[in-house]
Amino acid sequence: MKTLVWVEHDNASIKDATLHTVTAAAKLGEVHLLVAGAGCRAAAEAAAKIAGVAKVHLADNAAYEHALAENVAPLIVELMGHHDAFLAPATTTGKNVAPRVAALLDVMQLSDILSVEGEKTFTRPIYAGNAIATVESSDAKLVITVRGTAFEKAAAEGGSAAIEDVAGAGDAGLSSFVGAELAKSERPELTSAKVIVSGGRALKDSETFEQVIMPLADKLGAAVGASRAAVDAGYVPNDYQVGQTGKIVAPEVYIAVGISGAIQHLAGMKDSKTIIAINKDEDAPIFQVADVGLVADLFTAVPELTGKL
Amino acid sequence: MKILVPVKRVIDYNVKPRVKADGTGVDLANVKMSMNPFDEIAVEEAIRIKEAGKAEEIVAVSVGPAKAQDTLRTALAMGADRAILIETDAEIEPLAVAKILKAIVAEENPGLVILGKQAIDDDSNQTGQMLAALLGRPQGTFASKVEIDGDHVAVTREVDGGLETVKLALPAIVTTDLRLNEPRYASLPNIMKAKKKPLDVKTSADYGVDVAPRLKTLKVSEPPVRSAGVKVADVDALVAKLKELGVA
Ligand SMILES: Cc1cc2nc3c(=O)[nH]c(=O)nc-3n(C[C@H](O)[C@H](O)[C@H](O)COP(=O)(O)OP(=O)(O)OC[C@H]3O[C@@H](n4cnc5c(N)ncnc54)[C@H](O)[C@@H]3O)c2cc1C
Ligand SMILES: Nc1ncnc2c1ncn2[C@@H]1O[C@H](COP(=O)(O)O)[C@@H](O)[C@H]1O
Repeated sequence: MKTLVWVEHDNASIKDATLHTVTAAAKLGEVHLLVAGAGCRAAAEAAAKIAGVAKVHLADNAAYEHALAENVAPLIVELMGHHDAFLAPATTTGKNVAPRVAALLDVMQLSDILSVEGEKTFTRPIYAGNAIATVESSDAKLVITVRGTAFEKAAAEGGSAAIEDVAGAGDAGLSSFVGAELAKSERPELTSAKVIVSGGRALKDSETFEQVIMPLADKLGAAVGASRAAVDAGYVPNDYQVGQTGKIVAPEVYIAVGISGAIQHLAGMKDSKTIIAINKDEDAPIFQVADVGLVADLFTAVPELTGKL
Repeated sequence: MKILVPVKRVIDYNVKPRVKADGTGVDLANVKMSMNPFDEIAVEEAIRIKEAGKAEEIVAVSVGPAKAQDTLRTALAMGADRAILIETDAEIEPLAVAKILKAIVAEENPGLVILGKQAIDDDSNQTGQMLAALLGRPQGTFASKVEIDGDHVAVTREVDGGLETVKLALPAIVTTDLRLNEPRYASLPNIMKAKKKPLDVKTSADYGVDVAPRLKTLKVSEPPVRSAGVKVADVDALVAKLKELGVA
């Protein structure tokens, strides 16, 4: 089987999500990559070095700069003429583009796969991860999004794939990019951090969140996450949300501070290696999944903890 | 302009789903069912656009069992004008739902279709994007802001790195994220009024759509369970644990 993997990049370097997806693709067959962007040859060169990659398709065109689904989906469909499976990481880009490709190919997509069980058989979470479905596709081609935390990263070095230019049709004339407000942070990225400190509704407001959570995260070199309630209340931006409908994380250590542990939140973090919870309610559901629990008022416990590290 | 809002009847988000002992699926017998939360946000957004004078009619549509009429009545009680149920007892995959919606779009010609980003049962996150593809129309997924301006709509999207805004030519497809709005509750008088609003019942055959599933579910199982660990007495004990774990 020949697979085509969507490369997530910033035109110069490759995002980790790509490496997890390559591992999933390699279980199906030969791995080809697609680097679509504008001025993205450096990203294609980095992609060519990923271990186990046979070929890199490079589509360098202003129309592909922001990965608008209307523009990139036809390009992928064209390449799918000689590939059997398309895989994208289950990032917001992958989730936006892959179903558009699937529908154009008349294929039912497999979302967020957790494992490859056979040529056409996969497991995937349903109902916020409260059930795991094993599903078999009957379509001639496969379109898949891959949950990064479920697959190891492929080695970023060691390969020497050929880079082949592809043209594609360019701008479909349906949509345009207006602008972005992207968070800049010195902290590690949520989805690849070893340690995460997450805050919930209990943090009161953005100042309090900043004063209580950030110093602890800094001490631990941790990424910062949040519950939906904390995001909705404006303590932190949307990209901090961990959960069923936010980011899926699985760090070595996840510290939940003032988070109750609703199923939608657990869906995003219960595969963490060690879960630590600080909550003043000893019956909070988060303690049912926590390896280490501290029943305490976070406003005294967290500053004390930060001070003692 | 007309707005079409697809709404799905799903397990209520407060219910903890239980896997059936025979591994065929999740037990939905005697379980509270509700409108998919993202679809409530979609209905609310459509109503706000109408209230702002930028749309004249809101049509809610659901593909599902007869009981999905309740879901459509909820949409009508919130403020939708009319509803269509495509009745089926089979499980319909996103691709098939998108094909049915495409046929309804051909009849109704909406300027905007607003869907949820994700149904909280199948967690697919596909239908809106698929509909946009089948129609050859633009898509604004995971919307936290929707602004109609003449023959375009600006959609601010919640993306992994923050927010991004795209401009789409109408007609367009939008899918909702959590921060788009806070859906209203239907008032009692509006619930009563909704009972008299038109609700058409059709089948997928009426639209000539093949809804045969492409994916076969071989098994549904429980995820690995995590068991509760220990409670520590104080912060010092927590510090010791963090040291043990090698992170402090
Ligand atoms: C469609 C849908 C999608 C959703 N997606 C997500 C998602 O992706 N991610 C997500 O997180 N949620 C999601 N939710 C929301 C979820 O259902 C919960 O509402 C949310 O996770 C609750 O956030 P919280 O734990 O911060 O707040 P709460 O449930 O209010 O919990 C606050 C906790 O703080 C504790 N506390 C209060 N004061 C203190 C103190 N001084 N010291 C210590 N502890 C204290 C309380 O005991 C309580 O346990 C979704 C919901 C829906 C309907
Ligand atoms: N059976 C259905 N009936 C009506 N709308 C649906 C149905 N299935 C999916 N949708 C719409 O598509 C969105 C995304 O669903 P999904 O792709 O299944 O995650 C939902 O939020 C609904 O707006």
